[in-house]
Order: sequence, then C-alpha cells, then structure tokens
Amino acid sequence: MSEWLPLAVLASSLLPGIAIFLLHEDSVRVRSSLNVFGACTKLLLVGILLAGVRAGQDYEVRYAVLPGVDLALKADALGLLFITLSAVLWLFTTLYAIGYLENAPHRSRFFGFFSLCVTATMGIAMAANLFTFFVFYELLTLSTFPLVVHRGTAKAVRGGTIYLAYTLVGGTVLLAGIMWLHNLLGHTEFARGGITAGLSADHVPQLKIIFVLLIAGVGVKAAIVPLHGWLPQAMVAPAPVSALLHAVAVVKAGAFGVVRVVYEVFGAEFSESLGLLTPLAIAAALTILWGSLRALGQNDLKKRLAYSTVSQVSYITLGVALFGPVGTIGGLVHLVHQGLMKVTLFFCAGNFAETLGVHKVSELDGGGRRMPLTAVAFTIAALGMMGAPLTAGAVSKEWLIAGAIEADLQWAVWVLWASSLLNAAYFLPILWRLWARRAPNAWPDERIAARHWQETHWLLLLPPLATALATLGAGLFADHPLSPLSWAQLIAGQEYPGRASP
Amino acid sequence: MSSSMVFAVTGVLLFAIGLAGMLIAAHLLRKVLAFNVLGSGLFLVLVGLPQRDGMADPVPQAMVLTGIVVAVAATALALALLRRLHALTGATSLPRDTDA
Amino acid sequence: MPESVAGLVLIPLTWAGLAFALGPGRGGRAALAGLVVQGGLALQLAMAVNDRRSAHVAAGGWDAPLGIELAVDGLSATMLLLTQLIGLSLVIYARAYFGAADPERRYFWPLVGLLIAGLNALFITADLFNAYVTLEIVGLAAVGLVGAGGEAQRVGAALRYLFATLLGSAFYLLGVALMYGAYGTVSFSSLAPLLTAEMSVAVLMAGGLMLAGLMIKSALLPFHGWLPPAHGSASTPVSALLSALVVKAAFYLILRLWLDLFAAQAAPLAWLPALLGACAVLWGSWRAITAVRLKMLVAYSTVAQLGYLFLVFPLLAGAAAMQAVVMQIVAHGLAKAAMFAAAGVLVSASRQDRVAGLQGMAHHLPLTIAAFALAGVTLMGLPPSAGFLAKWLLIQSAFAAGQWGIVAVVLAGGLLAAVYVFRVLRQALMEAPTARPISPVPRTLEWVAFALAGASVLLGFRAGDLLGLLTPGVPG
Repeated sequence: MSEWLPLAVLASSLLPGIAIFLLHEDSVRVRSSLNVFGACTKLLLVGILLAGVRAGQDYEVRYAVLPGVDLALKADALGLLFITLSAVLWLFTTLYAIGYLENAPHRSRFFGFFSLCVTATMGIAMAANLFTFFVFYELLTLSTFPLVVHRGTAKAVRGGTIYLAYTLVGGTVLLAGIMWLHNLLGHTEFARGGITAGLSADHVPQLKIIFVLLIAGVGVKAAIVPLHGWLPQAMVAPAPVSALLHAVAVVKAGAFGVVRVVYEVFGAEFSESLGLLTPLAIAAALTILWGSLRALGQNDLKKRLAYSTVSQVSYITLGVALFGPVGTIGGLVHLVHQGLMKVTLFFCAGNFAETLGVHKVSELDGGGRRMPLTAVAFTIAALGMMGAPLTAGAVSKEWLIAGAIEADLQWAVWVLWASSLLNAAYFLPILWRLWARRAPNAWPDERIAARHWQETHWLLLLPPLATALATLGAGLFADHPLSPLSWAQLIAGQEYPGRASP
Repeated sequence: MSSSMVFAVTGVLLFAIGLAGMLIAAHLLRKVLAFNVLGSGLFLVLVGLPQRDGMADPVPQAMVLTGIVVAVAATALALALLRRLHALTGATSLPRDTDA
Repeated sequence: MPESVAGLVLIPLTWAGLAFALGPGRGGRAALAGLVVQGGLALQLAMAVNDRRSAHVAAGGWDAPLGIELAVDGLSATMLLLTQLIGLSLVIYARAYFGAADPERRYFWPLVGLLIAGLNALFITADLFNAYVTLEIVGLAAVGLVGAGGEAQRVGAALRYLFATLLGSAFYLLGVALMYGAYGTVSFSSLAPLLTAEMSVAVLMAGGLMLAGLMIKSALLPFHGWLPPAHGSASTPVSALLSALVVKAAFYLILRLWLDLFAAQAAPLAWLPALLGACAVLWGSWRAITAVRLKMLVAYSTVAQLGYLFLVFPLLAGAAAMQAVVMQIVAHGLAKAAMFAAAGVLVSASRQDRVAGLQGMAHHLPLTIAAFALAGVTLMGLPPSAGFLAKWLLIQSAFAAGQWGIVAVVLAGGLLAAVYVFRVLRQALMEAPTARPISPVPRTLEWVAFALAGASVLLGFRAGDLLGLLTPGVPG
C-alpha cells in the first residue's frame, strides 16, 4: 500500500495523458471525461495520502537507476502541501481549459502535455532526493514547452524559445550543483534539518558555491530577479497555460525547490550559520520591489499579472530566507495562498479575453456590469494580493511581517509594506475601471453573448468563483486545523525542532 | 645497416611519398596511384622489418597477402567511384567541400 | 559459444551473398531473417558473458600467434547487441524506405550484410591485424553504401570518405607493422604483458600511429571533414547506420588499445584526445546550430556527440568512466539512428531537405516529430533518458577526478544540443503559413523511428541491466 500510492498519484495523470495523445481531435467527450476523471482520481488519492500522513503512515517508493543513485518518491508534510495545492488547482484548471479551448485546434496534443505537466509537478512534490527532483524538474520544462508554443504563431514560438533558454540554462546550473553535492556527500537525499551540516569546515567554500548554484537553478523557475525574464514572454500562451504556469506548476515548482534546498538540503540553522540566508533575503526583496514596479507600467493585463507573479512568488523566497519558524510559516502558507489568488486572477483575465476580446487594462471599463461574477472573483483575488483583511493574502502578510521582525530584518518589513502599497497601486485602477467606469459602446471582440446571469460559458465561470471562495475561506478559517496555515505550522514545527511552534 | 633496416627505411620513405601524393594531388587518379605507392611502402615495412638472422618471417607475409587483397579491393572501389563521378560531372578532382 | 561467435560473422556474410544472388527485390527478406537470428545469438552471448563466462575462440583451431583469436567480454557483448538491434531496426526501415524502382536497392542489401559482418567481427577481434582487416571490410562496405546509386554529390562524398578511411587504415597498419617488428606478435593477450615494461621509441611511434589512424576513422576533430558530407548526403538508412555504428567501431578499437595495451604509457597524454573531444563538442554543435539542411544538422550532431566519448580518456582511472562510455555509445547509437530515421521521413514528406521548410510538420507527422523529440532528449542529456545517465556518469567521473573543465564542456554541450534540437522542433510546431503538399510516407518508417527513440529513453530506466553486463568483463 505504502509503495504504490505515490506511483498511483503519478499514474492518475500520466495514463490519461498518454491515452489523450492517441485520441482523435474530435473525440471531445472521451477526452474531457478522461481529463476530469484523472483530476478527480488524483484528488481522491491525494486525500488518502493526506489522511495517511496525518495518521503517521510512511509512503515511500524507490527504484535504483544507477548504483548509488535512486529515483525515490515519498510523501512528507512539505511535499503534501504542494501536492494538495496542485491537485486541487489542476481540477479547476482542467475544467477551465476544456471551456476555454472549445473548438480550438490541436486539443489532444494540448491536453496530453497538460497531463504530463501535472505528472511532472506531482513528481517534483514527492521527490525524496535532488536526483528525482531534477528528473521531474526537467520533465516539467519539456512538457510545458509545447503548451507555451501551442498557438503556433511566430510570437508564440519566440516566447517559447525564450522560456526554454532560461529554463534549460537554469536546469544545467541546477545539475552542476546537484552533481557537485553528490560528489561531496555520495547522495542527495532530502532530510529535515539538511544533510550538509556534517561536512568538515574545509568544505564550506564549496558548499557556498553549491548553494548559489542550486538556488540559481531553481531560481529561474521561481522567477527571482534577474532570472525572471522568461515569465512575461511566456504570457503568449493561452490563458489556461498561464494559469497553470504561474499558479500551479512551474513557478511553484521553483519556489518549492527553494524551500527544499534551504530546509532539506542545507537546513535552516546551517544556512544561517553560513550566512547564506541574508543574501537570499536581499535577492527576494529586490525581486518583490522590481516586479511590483514593472507591473505598474504594463497595460496588457496578462503582462501586469505576470510581473505581479514575479513579485509575489518572492514573498515565498523571502519567507524562507527569514530565519525562524514564523518566517517559514509565512513563506509556506503564501505558497498556497498565492496559488489560489493568482489562478483566480488568470482565470478572470482569460474570461475577459475570451468573452469580450479585452486584453488591455485600458479596455476593462465597465467590465463589472457586463461580467459581474468574473469581476467579483477578480476583486476578491486582487484584494487578497493587496493584503486586505479577511483574505488569504492578509494571513500571509501578517506572518511574513512577524517573521521579518523575529529574524531581526527591519528593512524586510518596509519592503513588505512597500510591496502592499505597490500592489494596491496596480490593482486598484483595474477595480476602479471595472466597477466605476462606464462600458464602451462595443467591446473589442465579443465572442460569447450574455444569457441572463450566465455572462459567459459556465466552465469559464465555475473555476474562478471556486478559487475566489477558497481565497476567502483560507483567510477566514485560517485557524481551522485543516487550513493551509495549520499545515504550514506543522511543517515549520518539524523544521525547527528545538523551538516551540508559534 | 642490417637488411631489415634497409627495407624498413625504404618502406617508410615510400609511405611518406605516397602520403604526400594522396594529400597534395588534386587529380583523383593520382590520389589512387599515390595510395598504391603508400601501400607498397607499408607492405615493405611489414615484411622487411621482422627479419631474423636474414630469414624471412612467414607470418607477416601472410599479413601482406591479406593487405594486398584489401588494397586491390580498395583501388577497384576507388576507380569505380572515380569513373562514376567522371561520367556524371566530367570532373577529375573532388568538388570543393560544400555542406550547406 | 564458439558457434554463436562464428555465426555472428558467417550469417551476415551468407545473407549478403544471398541478397546479391537473389536480386534487388528479395534481398531484404534474407537480411531480415538473418538479423533476427543474429539478434538471438548476440543475446545468447550476452547472457553467457553475464554468467561470467567470457569466450576465447581460436578460429579454425589455430592459436596465436599463427591463428586468429576472437574474444568476447562485456564490452564486446554490449556492442554486438547494439549492432544487431540497430541493424534489425534499420533493415525494417530500409525495406519500407526504398521504392520499387530505386537503383540503390541493388547494392544496399549485400553491402549492409558485409558491413554488419565486418562490425561483428571487429567487436570480437583479439589481435591487431585482424582488427585491420575488419576495419577495412567495414570501411569499404560503408563507402560503397554511401556512394550507391547516387548522383554526383553523393559520389563525391563517398570518394572523400574513401580516401579518409584508407589514410586512417594506412596509418594503423604502419603502426601494426612497427609493433610486430618490435615484439613478433600481434595478439592482444600476448602483447599486454610485454608492454607493461619501459617501451622503446619504436613502440611509442607504433602506438601513436595506430591511434592517429583510428582517430581519423572515428572523425575526431580535426579529422572530421569527411563525416558531414558522407552522412549528410547518403540515403537515410545508410546515414543512420554510419552515425550509429560505424564511427563507434573505430572508437571501440581506440578504447581497446588504450585499455588493454597502452594504459600506463598513454595516461600522461590523455589530455590530447580530451582536448580534441572538447573542441569537437563545441565546433560540431556550432555547425549543427547553423546548418541549413536537416541531415547536415544531424550529421554535425554526430561529430559533437563523438566528442563526448573522447572526453573520457583522462577519467579512465575511475570505475564510472567505462560505464559512462558504454552508456553514451548505446544511447547515442539508438538516438542518432532514430533521429536520422525521423529526418528521412520529414525530408520525404515535405519534399525538401531544409530545416526552415519543416513548418507545420508536428500536425502532419506527430509520431515522427515525437520520435525526433525523444531522440533529441537523449542527445541533450535530459532526464529520464539513457543520454542523461551517460551525462551523469561522465560528470560524476569528472568530479571524482577533479576535472572541472570536462564538467563544463559536458554541461555546455548539453545546452548547445538543445539549441539545434529545438531549432527543428520549433519549426515543426509552427503553423505553416500556407497549406502545403505532403507526400504520404509508409507508417513503418515512423514506427521504426519512434521505437528506436523510445528505446533510447526507456534505457534510462533499465540501465542497471546494461551496466551489469559490462562489469564481469571490463578490461584493465
């Protein structure tokens, strides 16, 4: 039981994915059923995993690829945080994509790679050592490339090429770090508290370089400045892909990688003793500010959201770099919260584009009247991004600020406040346009007519409303034992065993 | 100088002449001829070098026989290709290397 | 055991002759039947070697130094398996590839039989002169295959190839002559103990000549000039055979000579092949990135990938180095055969041979593009392929030996490979600007390409079996 469950989680998207590749373009029913069936099965299996791990059960499966090098999957608390987020969001993104891509070309190819992408994400979450992490990390790169270039236009291909250039170079740097570490230690298994603390002091300079290599490698996907250049370019992909890349899979995988490297390869205490956390915090802070500043100047809605992602994901990195359980909790919980909020925003942006042909912020005037449900979802998520009370974003912000204070980094508190203000600066105008301005006489390209309350296709409405509700729920019920916050507290308690869990 | 050294040095000289011819000559037929000269030098070294007390060693002689067969086959192949190239394009030397 | 060994050489010779006698149409069936049997024999040999029974056969009952000795160990068994597997796949491909009126069909089957017979013999040879004979058989058959039934460009490429290969063999034979002159024997087993002592100038020269000749034949920079025209202009099954197997044969001999005979003396010079290999990786990748024709891109990729093999020489002290080499040979063999097979389909279908003309191919020929992509994944060294394992083992050995330069070259090579592989994939995924005529292509061709590519990726999971085969008989 304990061996096949992780494999089953992978199979629940891999097998439907392979089947979908073989399907004819017109078999819409079969394909949609396979997609939804896979997503639901995965949720079910993840639920079983959660229950099991909570009860203290161990799930691990190993396969020796080379002597001394294993492919290993395990389900631990940290991995489960990521898996659960991905599984839940995948279901909604699948529904959204089915609705969005109705009658679009090459759907079988799209959903095949879609499923592969999620399989790779699951593998990243469950990886028990850096080798396995790397295998699935590169698989993620390979399976997202066809999604980014899906439309086949010259612009899409250019965006995809830039994406590939960044991620492959990042992958190479990551591999260099992994192999160097493997050379020093003989293995790269993740362990709470890290595995490098036992090495002698002569190795410290090498360890510092390895840290930089590893963080740079995962930092490309985590969009840490200056490695973020691919993210705005990848906006050329269809909206479900942007949602997937920025909330569910790619960017989260990078951030998750940062968490794993700092906590389970080097260990929080050891990283702090090597003086590595402060530079990481500075890099994160720079990214937070830079992303927010660039977002201000973007008129294209998806590009604005892209830069917002660059900024927000570094909240997670900052949380990780703030030494102490409070900062850790802030970073980890934001991993979940940012996912929920960002996916909502992208769903809404996709709705505006698909229904009304609206791609620019300046074209959103009166959107609230025409598409109230979408606009409400957008508003909730945007408020969450700003850290407004009662939303998930507020919870993250509160813990991050407390963490910065605990770690004695006053300047980080200022950075977080500044970022909230900047978030307001680029989200409030959008909300203003949506609700307070009058709509133009004609929308740029109205493709889906409104029918009573159904402002657009129901498949495009359900996911953003669901995730917006989740955003509210995560904020309101943060103290519930099953909330993301509680889960983050559990993980932090394991990472800092000496301290009392706050 | 012992007889084996005489043979060996002569063989090496012939090898060098043949090598130069193969590399420098432009006309394909000359290249083939140079190859044969090179081969002869090679066989001379092979047979002449391992002489012991003036007696010939039979094993390299077997090797040289094999070598001659190979050289004949190679020359035949070269000539066939050469003729075909000439029949197709009228050229008697290799075209400039174009790998667009 | 001796029967399997003899069979592997005699059976291909038989069906080569049969193919010649039967005429153009029927030769393919003889080849197919022969290769299936050979595959079985190679498997049998591999299992025997796995049980720690390495074979040593004296042909005709004559022992060395008069007779021809044949020996099979782990490395040989692996190469034999690879040869039969790729040979079988490409024979199936070729049967579907050649149209009924293709003039090349007449020569292809007998020459392929000769080629495979020569390759099999090369991998089991245990003395220097027999190696020369097998090298020549392989070389001449390969030249014939390149030039067969072709127009001027192909014949020119074949001639260039012929002169290069003859030059290489000539250097090699001169080295053998000097060796025999010094020691009076050419068999590996007799020479090995004699060479551990301090060596004379003549022997050093002999070694140098032999290695130089073999380097010319394996297209190591700067002797690579013959390879791109030959592999790029030949017909697709021939290009695949050449890139996947023939160049590896010469490298195999270099490895054998280095490990069995010259290990101690050559070690200080190990930086030279490594440096040339590094240059090959960078230069070959660069030419592939800028290549206009698809098959030239794949041919230059071969030049680059061969460079990886030569990087291993400074690392041979470590245990993982041999594993890395074998993994790379097998991975590249399968992937390159797959890539040429896919390229052949793409060129046929799009009726032109340029990379820029492949727009929209992902829609028309998804299986072929998938095959090209999977083969590319192996060449780039991305997980979960066999190429990735080869890269891992190579970098691991380099780290263990403290050779940072080699680590950098391997990593850079992977990125450069990504550039030229994705050049092709990008074009294929682009929407074609106008509807274009696509020639129908037999499905067999696509499936062979896909199977080979899939094998190169799946091997990434079953590497343990392959490497286990290697260990009982690793020389040195």
